[in-house]
Amino acid sequence: MKLSLPLAMLLALSFAPAARAANEADYKAAYAAAEAASKEAAGMRNQWTVTISALAAARKAADGGDFDRAVAASKEAEALAKASIVQANSEKEAWKAMEIR
Amino acid sequence: MKPRSALLLGSLSAALVAFALTSPRVVAADKVDPVADAKAFRNFFFQKFPDVKHEDFVNGPYSMNADMKRQWQEKEEFPPYEFALDAGKEMFATPFKNGKTYADCFPNGGIGIRQNYPYFDEKEGKVVTLELALNRCREANGEAPYSYVKDEMASLTAYMAFTSRGKPMDIRIPDDPRALAAFENGKRYFYTRRGQLNFSCASCHVQSPGERIRAEILAPALGILNAMPIYRSEWSGMGTTSRRFVTCNSQTRAVPLEPQADEYRDVEYFLSYVANGLPISGPGARP
Repeated sequence: MKLSLPLAMLLALSFAPAARAANEADYKAAYAAAEAASKEAAGMRNQWTVTISALAAARKAADGGDFDRAVAASKEAEALAKASIVQANSEKEAWKAMEIR
Repeated sequence: MKPRSALLLGSLSAALVAFALTSPRVVAADKVDPVADAKAFRNFFFQKFPDVKHEDFVNGPYSMNADMKRQWQEKEEFPPYEFALDAGKEMFATPFKNGKTYADCFPNGGIGIRQNYPYFDEKEGKVVTLELALNRCREANGEAPYSYVKDEMASLTAYMAFTSRGKPMDIRIPDDPRALAAFENGKRYFYTRRGQLNFSCASCHVQSPGERIRAEILAPALGILNAMPIYRSEWSGMGTTSRRFVTCNSQTRAVPLEPQADEYRDVEYFLSYVANGLPISGPGARP
């Protein structure tokens, strides 16, 4: 009985599918999503430098054939762009709290 | 049923009276009032730094720290912006290819007018800064515009600021809703957080003047543009107002706008207006 749990875990691990390496299609999808969010942020005149850097890193990794890294950088860029959109929207009113009156 | 109706009617009336009493305040708070804004802005700094002479705010970090001020006063005997002043004076006097000069583009031949910039151009419906006016002068006379962030523009504005030294900033806001909108837009830009670091201009220059950010002492926002352009030791060279805005944005990890974007013109208008009455001290020198 005591052995059954580690054995079950070992079996589960051995049958678990190995993490699939990202391919070019994954990268293109992730990059397109990041680029769309980035364009939206730029349209709000609230682009972040780190978003641009992450997009550039994604392109560089993809050019070198490292699609795992390219997808990770694209996702980072998308998250940063979305954060800058949230910032721009919240600051439409929040700036007034900073104002000297 | 009747008492119930009376109670309902009474509550409704009370709510309407309460709304009527509070709503004018809301409207008043949202009304653009540059005079009140400037007064509040100045009072904030005067009260926060009661020992700083009012006209000294234009000296930025040197008004906040006695040791730095002594060093700066010694440096002023051989100021690092002197080469830019000489270059600017020569450039200002040198005719364009068509024989005209900058003096032909400005009131009073361009001498002693820095304190009136930026101004609101009612024909264009926008704010016109001194840097923009200089490039428009060049283009009107068949010359290529200068970069807004490089030495030529800094030299020209350094010379023009020098001819206005000691004159009180005198920015007008005409009775034009577009001018009020530009002022309000500049104010919004000044207080809006941006960049991954989530900083607004006010985060440094209202909340923390006199404090250190890394090795630098932050300047107060009041009178911050009176010293422009500046020689910055950090840059090993001169910097225009445009350069200052662009680098401030980059430092918060925000992508800077294009120099002389409407937002930059408007924030220059706002910051200059609230510094009305304080002397022009440019060109300045900063660490």
